[in-house]
Amino acid sequence: MSATLPEPTAAAVPASAPRSLFPFVLQLADTSLILAHRLSEWCGHGPVLEQDLAMANIALDLLGEARSYYQYAAELEDQGRTEDDLAYLRSAVEYRNPLLVEQPNGDFAHTIVRQFLFDNFHYHLLRELKDGPDAQLAAIAEKSVKEAAYHLKWSSEWVIRLGDGTEESRKRLDKAIATLWRFGGELTTPTETEKGLQATGLVPDYATLLPAMQAHAEHVFAEATVPLPTAVFAQLGGKTGRHSEHLGYLLSELQYMQRTYPGLKW
Amino acid sequence: MNQSEWPLWEVFIRSKQGLDHKHVGSLHAADATMAVQNARDVYTRRLEGVSIWVVESKHIHASNPDDSEAFFDPAADKVYRHPTFYEVPESIKHM
Repeated sequence: MSATLPEPTAAAVPASAPRSLFPFVLQLADTSLILAHRLSEWCGHGPVLEQDLAMANIALDLLGEARSYYQYAAELEDQGRTEDDLAYLRSAVEYRNPLLVEQPNGDFAHTIVRQFLFDNFHYHLLRELKDGPDAQLAAIAEKSVKEAAYHLKWSSEWVIRLGDGTEESRKRLDKAIATLWRFGGELTTPTETEKGLQATGLVPDYATLLPAMQAHAEHVFAEATVPLPTAVFAQLGGKTGRHSEHLGYLLSELQYMQRTYPGLKW
Repeated sequence: MNQSEWPLWEVFIRSKQGLDHKHVGSLHAADATMAVQNARDVYTRRLEGVSIWVVESKHIHASNPDDSEAFFDPAADKVYRHPTFYEVPESIKHM
Protein backbone atom coordinates (compact mmCIF):
# COMPACT_ATOMS: atom_id res chain seq x y z
CA MET A 1 0.00 0.00 0.00
CA SER A 2 2.69 2.48 0.96
CA ALA A 3 4.32 2.11 -2.46
CA THR A 4 1.51 4.01 -4.12
CA LEU A 5 1.47 6.87 -1.61
CA PRO A 6 3.05 10.21 -2.23
CA GLU A 7 6.06 10.89 -0.03
CA PRO A 8 5.54 13.78 2.37
CA THR A 9 7.55 16.71 1.13
CA ALA A 10 10.20 17.91 3.52
CA ALA A 11 9.15 21.49 2.95
CA ALA A 12 5.55 20.90 4.00
CA VAL A 13 6.16 18.93 7.19
CA PRO A 14 8.95 19.47 9.69
CA ALA A 15 10.53 16.13 10.62
CA SER A 16 9.34 16.45 14.20
CA ALA A 17 5.79 17.42 13.32
CA PRO A 18 3.89 14.13 12.97
CA ARG A 19 4.35 13.18 16.64
CA SER A 20 2.28 16.22 17.58
CA LEU A 21 -0.56 14.66 15.59
CA PHE A 22 -1.05 11.95 18.25
CA PRO A 23 -3.96 13.55 20.15
CA PHE A 24 -5.72 14.44 16.89
CA VAL A 25 -5.37 10.95 15.42
CA LEU A 26 -6.57 9.47 18.72
CA GLN A 27 -9.58 11.78 18.63
CA LEU A 28 -10.44 10.59 15.11
CA ALA A 29 -10.01 6.98 16.24
CA ASP A 30 -12.23 7.37 19.30
CA THR A 31 -14.89 9.15 17.27
CA SER A 32 -15.12 6.41 14.65
CA LEU A 33 -14.96 3.61 17.22
CA ILE A 34 -17.72 4.98 19.44
CA LEU A 35 -20.06 5.68 16.53
CA ALA A 36 -19.30 2.24 15.07
CA HIS A 37 -20.25 0.70 18.39
CA ARG A 38 -23.48 2.67 18.59
CA LEU A 39 -24.48 1.62 15.08
CA SER A 40 -23.58 -1.99 15.82
CA GLU A 41 -26.15 -1.92 18.63
CA TRP A 42 -28.79 -1.82 15.87
CA CYS A 43 -27.65 -5.18 14.52
CA GLY A 44 -30.66 -7.48 14.62
CA HIS A 45 -32.94 -4.61 15.69
CA GLY A 46 -33.19 -2.52 12.51
CA PRO A 47 -36.62 -1.37 11.35
CA VAL A 48 -36.30 -3.49 8.21
CA LEU A 49 -33.74 -6.08 7.15
CA GLU A 50 -32.25 -3.86 4.44
CA GLN A 51 -31.57 -0.98 6.84
CA ASP A 52 -30.31 -3.34 9.53
CA LEU A 53 -27.63 -4.38 7.04
CA ALA A 54 -26.98 -0.81 5.93
CA MET A 55 -26.23 0.25 9.50
CA ALA A 56 -24.03 -2.79 10.12
CA ASN A 57 -22.12 -1.95 6.93
CA ILE A 58 -21.54 1.62 8.07
CA ALA A 59 -20.50 0.40 11.51
CA LEU A 60 -17.91 -1.89 9.93
CA ASP A 61 -16.59 0.90 7.69
CA LEU A 62 -16.10 3.11 10.75
CA LEU A 63 -14.53 0.30 12.75
CA GLY A 64 -12.01 -0.30 9.97
CA GLU A 65 -11.23 3.39 9.84
CA ALA A 66 -10.86 3.50 13.64
CA ARG A 67 -8.35 0.64 13.50
CA SER A 68 -6.20 2.48 11.00
CA TYR A 69 -6.19 5.56 13.22
CA TYR A 70 -5.42 3.58 16.38
CA GLN A 71 -2.53 1.80 14.69
CA TYR A 72 -1.13 5.12 13.53
CA ALA A 73 -1.73 6.70 16.94
CA ALA A 74 0.15 3.86 18.63
CA GLU A 75 3.02 4.41 16.21
CA LEU A 76 3.07 8.16 16.82
CA GLU A 77 2.95 7.77 20.58
CA ASP A 78 5.76 5.21 20.49
CA GLN A 79 5.29 4.16 24.12
CA GLY A 80 4.71 0.47 23.49
CA ARG A 81 0.91 0.73 23.57
CA THR A 82 -0.92 -1.15 20.83
CA GLU A 83 -4.13 -0.34 18.97
CA ASP A 84 -5.96 -2.66 21.38
CA ASP A 85 -4.52 -0.92 24.45
CA LEU A 86 -5.74 2.40 23.09
CA ALA A 87 -9.21 1.13 22.24
CA TYR A 88 -9.88 -1.13 25.19
CA LEU A 89 -7.83 0.00 28.15
CA ARG A 90 -8.55 3.69 28.55
CA SER A 91 -11.20 5.17 30.85
CA ALA A 92 -14.08 7.38 29.74
CA VAL A 93 -12.33 10.64 30.66
CA GLU A 94 -9.41 9.70 28.40
CA TYR A 95 -11.67 9.31 25.37
CA ARG A 96 -11.64 12.24 22.97
CA ASN A 97 -14.73 11.64 20.83
CA PRO A 98 -17.21 14.51 20.51
CA LEU A 99 -20.42 14.14 22.55
CA LEU A 100 -22.53 13.60 19.44
CA VAL A 101 -21.32 10.09 18.64
CA GLU A 102 -21.86 8.69 22.16
CA GLN A 103 -25.52 9.77 22.23
CA PRO A 104 -27.87 6.77 22.45
CA ASN A 105 -29.47 5.41 19.29
CA GLY A 106 -32.99 6.42 20.35
CA ASP A 107 -35.45 5.69 17.57
CA PHE A 108 -34.45 5.44 13.91
CA ALA A 109 -34.91 9.21 13.43
CA HIS A 110 -32.43 9.94 16.25
CA THR A 111 -29.90 7.59 14.68
CA ILE A 112 -30.39 9.26 11.30
CA VAL A 113 -29.99 12.81 12.63
CA ARG A 114 -26.88 11.82 14.59
CA GLN A 115 -25.49 10.14 11.50
CA PHE A 116 -26.30 13.06 9.22
CA LEU A 117 -24.57 15.57 11.52
CA PHE A 118 -21.52 13.33 11.71
CA ASP A 119 -21.39 12.34 8.03
CA ASN A 120 -21.68 15.91 6.81
CA PHE A 121 -18.60 16.81 8.87
CA HIS A 122 -16.72 13.53 8.40
CA TYR A 123 -16.98 13.49 4.62
CA HIS A 124 -15.83 17.08 4.22
CA LEU A 125 -13.01 16.62 6.74
CA LEU A 126 -11.71 13.51 4.95
CA ARG A 127 -11.74 15.34 1.63
CA GLU A 128 -9.29 17.82 3.13
CA LEU A 129 -7.21 15.24 4.99
CA LYS A 130 -6.66 13.12 1.89
CA ASP A 131 -4.77 16.01 0.31
CA GLY A 132 -3.12 16.99 3.59
CA PRO A 133 0.60 17.12 4.34
CA ASP A 134 0.78 13.99 6.52
CA ALA A 135 1.14 10.98 4.23
CA GLN A 136 -0.27 8.36 6.61
CA LEU A 137 -3.32 10.42 7.51
CA ALA A 138 -3.82 11.20 3.82
CA ALA A 139 -3.72 7.48 2.96
CA ILE A 140 -6.33 6.59 5.59
CA ALA A 141 -8.53 9.48 4.44
CA GLU A 142 -8.19 8.48 0.80
CA LYS A 143 -9.63 5.06 1.60
CA SER A 144 -12.28 6.28 4.02
CA VAL A 145 -13.62 9.20 2.00
CA LYS A 146 -15.32 6.84 -0.46
CA GLU A 147 -17.07 5.10 2.40
CA ALA A 148 -18.02 8.42 4.00
CA ALA A 149 -19.47 9.63 0.69
CA TYR A 150 -21.88 6.71 0.76
CA HIS A 151 -22.69 7.23 4.45
CA LEU A 152 -23.59 10.84 3.74
CA LYS A 153 -25.74 9.84 0.79
CA TRP A 154 -27.52 7.28 2.96
CA SER A 155 -28.22 9.55 5.94
CA SER A 156 -29.19 12.46 3.65
CA GLU A 157 -31.72 10.26 1.85
CA TRP A 158 -33.24 9.29 5.16
CA VAL A 159 -33.48 12.86 6.45
CA ILE A 160 -35.43 13.64 3.28
CA ARG A 161 -37.64 10.57 3.54
CA LEU A 162 -38.46 11.07 7.21
CA GLY A 163 -38.95 14.83 6.86
CA ASP A 164 -41.10 14.63 3.76
CA GLY A 165 -42.68 11.31 4.71
CA THR A 166 -45.63 10.67 6.98
CA GLU A 167 -46.91 12.78 9.85
CA GLU A 168 -45.38 10.27 12.25
CA SER A 169 -41.95 10.24 10.60
CA ARG A 170 -41.89 14.06 10.51
CA LYS A 171 -42.80 14.26 14.20
CA ARG A 172 -39.99 11.90 15.09
CA LEU A 173 -37.46 13.68 12.90
CA ASP A 174 -38.36 17.06 14.44
CA LYS A 175 -37.91 15.59 17.91
CA ALA A 176 -34.53 14.10 17.01
CA ILE A 177 -33.35 17.43 15.59
CA ALA A 178 -34.49 19.22 18.75
CA THR A 179 -32.55 16.72 20.88
CA LEU A 180 -29.36 16.30 18.89
CA TRP A 181 -28.65 19.46 16.91
CA ARG A 182 -26.80 21.09 19.84
CA PHE A 183 -24.17 18.35 19.62
CA GLY A 184 -23.28 19.19 16.00
CA GLY A 185 -21.33 22.34 16.80
CA GLU A 186 -18.59 20.53 18.70
CA LEU A 187 -17.43 18.82 15.53
CA THR A 188 -16.30 22.09 13.96
CA THR A 189 -15.30 23.90 17.17
CA PRO A 190 -11.56 23.33 17.54
CA THR A 191 -10.04 22.54 20.94
CA GLU A 192 -6.78 24.21 21.97
CA THR A 193 -4.94 21.14 20.67
CA GLU A 194 -6.70 21.31 17.34
CA LYS A 195 -6.04 25.04 17.06
CA GLY A 196 -2.34 24.40 17.57
CA LEU A 197 -2.30 21.78 14.83
CA GLN A 198 -4.38 23.94 12.51
CA ALA A 199 -1.81 26.71 12.94
CA THR A 200 0.90 24.36 11.66
CA GLY A 201 -1.25 23.30 8.70
CA LEU A 202 -1.30 19.63 9.73
CA VAL A 203 -5.03 19.75 10.42
CA PRO A 204 -7.46 21.61 8.16
CA ASP A 205 -9.06 24.78 9.47
CA TYR A 206 -12.66 23.74 10.17
CA ALA A 207 -13.91 27.15 9.11
CA THR A 208 -12.97 26.20 5.54
CA LEU A 209 -15.27 23.13 5.75
CA LEU A 210 -18.31 25.08 6.89
CA PRO A 211 -19.53 26.53 3.56
CA ALA A 212 -19.71 23.11 1.89
CA MET A 213 -21.30 21.54 4.97
CA GLN A 214 -23.84 24.34 5.17
CA ALA A 215 -24.66 24.11 1.46
CA HIS A 216 -25.25 20.37 1.70
CA ALA A 217 -27.42 20.68 4.82
CA GLU A 218 -29.48 23.44 3.19
CA HIS A 219 -30.04 21.31 0.11
CA VAL A 220 -31.07 18.23 2.11
CA PHE A 221 -33.34 20.09 4.51
CA ALA A 222 -35.03 21.98 1.68
CA GLU A 223 -35.85 18.66 0.02
CA ALA A 224 -37.02 17.30 3.35
CA THR A 225 -39.27 20.37 3.74
CA VAL A 226 -37.75 20.85 7.21
CA PRO A 227 -36.48 24.26 8.35
CA LEU A 228 -32.72 24.07 8.91
CA PRO A 229 -31.92 24.97 12.54
CA THR A 230 -29.85 28.15 12.81
CA ALA A 231 -27.62 29.57 15.53
CA VAL A 232 -28.03 26.60 17.83
CA PHE A 233 -26.08 26.55 21.10
CA ALA A 234 -23.13 24.17 20.77
CA GLN A 235 -22.70 21.71 23.64
CA LEU A 236 -18.97 21.07 23.96
CA GLY A 237 -17.00 18.67 26.14
CA GLY A 238 -16.30 15.28 24.59
CA LYS A 239 -13.17 16.31 22.72
CA THR A 240 -11.62 17.46 26.00
CA GLY A 241 -12.74 14.40 27.96
CA ARG A 242 -15.88 15.80 29.56
CA HIS A 243 -18.41 13.20 28.49
CA SER A 244 -22.07 12.49 29.08
CA GLU A 245 -23.01 9.59 31.33
CA HIS A 246 -23.75 7.52 28.23
CA LEU A 247 -20.10 6.90 27.40
CA GLY A 248 -19.39 4.99 30.61
CA TYR A 249 -22.16 2.50 29.92
CA LEU A 250 -21.05 2.15 26.32
CA LEU A 251 -17.43 1.48 27.31
CA SER A 252 -18.37 -1.03 29.98
CA GLU A 253 -19.89 -3.13 27.20
CA LEU A 254 -17.25 -2.35 24.58
CA GLN A 255 -14.33 -3.09 26.92
CA TYR A 256 -15.86 -5.94 28.91
CA MET A 257 -13.91 -8.81 27.36
CA GLN A 258 -10.48 -7.16 27.59
CA ARG A 259 -11.13 -5.98 31.15
CA THR A 260 -12.38 -9.36 32.30
CA TYR A 261 -9.84 -11.48 30.42
CA PRO A 262 -6.79 -9.24 30.02
CA GLY A 263 -4.81 -10.01 26.87
CA LEU A 264 -7.58 -12.18 25.45
CA LYS A 265 -7.12 -12.93 21.74
CA TRP A 266 -9.30 -14.70 19.20
CA MET B 1 -47.31 -0.81 11.85
CA ASN B 2 -47.34 0.66 8.36
CA GLN B 3 -50.65 0.64 6.60
CA SER B 4 -48.84 -0.69 3.57
CA GLU B 5 -45.70 -2.76 3.12
CA TRP B 6 -42.98 -1.48 0.83
CA PRO B 7 -43.20 -3.14 -2.59
CA LEU B 8 -40.92 -5.99 -3.59
CA TRP B 9 -38.06 -5.45 -6.06
CA GLU B 10 -35.94 -7.91 -8.00
CA VAL B 11 -32.21 -7.23 -8.04
CA PHE B 12 -29.80 -7.88 -10.91
CA ILE B 13 -26.03 -7.50 -10.51
CA ARG B 14 -23.31 -7.41 -13.13
CA SER B 15 -20.01 -8.74 -11.82
CA LYS B 16 -16.67 -7.26 -12.80
CA GLN B 17 -15.99 -9.97 -15.40
CA GLY B 18 -19.63 -10.49 -16.32
CA LEU B 19 -21.20 -9.15 -19.49
CA ASP B 20 -24.78 -9.42 -18.30
CA HIS B 21 -26.74 -8.62 -15.19
CA LYS B 22 -27.76 -11.73 -13.29
CA HIS B 23 -30.68 -12.09 -10.94
CA VAL B 24 -29.37 -12.30 -7.36
CA GLY B 25 -32.47 -11.94 -5.22
CA SER B 26 -35.13 -9.55 -4.06
CA LEU B 27 -35.73 -6.91 -1.40
CA HIS B 28 -38.27 -4.38 -0.15
CA ALA B 29 -37.96 -0.65 -0.84
CA ALA B 30 -40.25 2.36 -1.05
CA ASP B 31 -39.00 3.48 -4.47
CA ALA B 32 -36.31 2.88 -7.09
CA THR B 33 -33.68 5.08 -5.41
CA MET B 34 -34.03 3.23 -2.14
CA ALA B 35 -34.11 -0.09 -3.97
CA VAL B 36 -30.73 0.59 -5.62
CA GLN B 37 -29.22 1.67 -2.29
CA ASN B 38 -30.66 -1.31 -0.47
CA ALA B 39 -29.35 -3.60 -3.21
CA ARG B 40 -25.91 -2.07 -2.73
CA ASP B 41 -26.11 -2.75 1.01
CA VAL B 42 -27.60 -6.23 0.79
CA TYR B 43 -26.07 -7.75 -2.33
CA THR B 44 -22.69 -6.11 -3.04
CA ARG B 45 -21.01 -6.37 0.36
CA ARG B 46 -18.46 -8.88 -0.88
CA LEU B 47 -17.43 -7.20 -4.10
CA GLU B 48 -20.04 -9.07 -6.11
CA GLY B 49 -20.72 -6.36 -8.63
CA VAL B 50 -20.01 -3.17 -10.50
CA SER B 51 -23.52 -2.42 -11.69
CA ILE B 52 -27.01 -2.82 -10.24
CA TRP B 53 -30.41 -3.05 -11.90
CA VAL B 54 -33.64 -3.17 -9.93
CA VAL B 55 -37.13 -3.73 -11.20
CA GLU B 56 -40.33 -3.83 -9.24
CA SER B 57 -41.39 -7.46 -9.07
CA LYS B 58 -44.91 -6.69 -10.26
CA HIS B 59 -43.48 -5.64 -13.63
CA ILE B 60 -42.01 -9.08 -14.30
CA HIS B 61 -44.33 -11.35 -16.24
CA ALA B 62 -43.51 -15.02 -16.09
CA SER B 63 -44.49 -18.06 -18.11
CA ASN B 64 -47.11 -20.23 -16.47
CA PRO B 65 -45.80 -23.54 -15.09
CA ASP B 66 -49.03 -25.14 -16.38
CA ASP B 67 -47.91 -24.28 -19.90
CA SER B 68 -44.51 -25.90 -19.58
CA GLU B 69 -45.43 -29.04 -21.59
CA ALA B 70 -46.73 -27.01 -24.50
CA PHE B 71 -43.96 -24.44 -24.22
CA PHE B 72 -40.85 -26.48 -23.73
CA ASP B 73 -41.31 -30.19 -24.44
CA PRO B 74 -41.64 -29.76 -28.23
CA ALA B 75 -38.01 -28.59 -28.38
CA ALA B 76 -36.77 -31.78 -26.74
CA ASP B 77 -36.62 -33.96 -29.92
CA LYS B 78 -35.40 -31.33 -32.38
CA VAL B 79 -31.68 -31.82 -32.08
CA TYR B 80 -31.25 -30.61 -35.68
CA ARG B 81 -31.76 -27.11 -34.35
CA HIS B 82 -28.27 -27.30 -32.82
CA PRO B 83 -25.53 -26.52 -35.33
CA THR B 84 -23.75 -29.83 -34.76
CA PHE B 85 -24.34 -31.66 -38.05
CA TYR B 86 -21.28 -30.57 -39.96
CA GLU B 87 -17.56 -31.03 -39.52
CA VAL B 88 -15.43 -28.09 -38.56
CA PRO B 89 -12.47 -27.73 -40.95
CA GLU B 90 -9.18 -28.23 -39.17
CA SER B 91 -7.97 -24.74 -40.06
CA ILE B 92 -10.74 -23.17 -37.96
CA LYS B 93 -9.51 -22.62 -34.45
CA HIS B 94 -11.28 -21.64 -31.25
CA MET B 95 -14.64 -23.18 -31.96
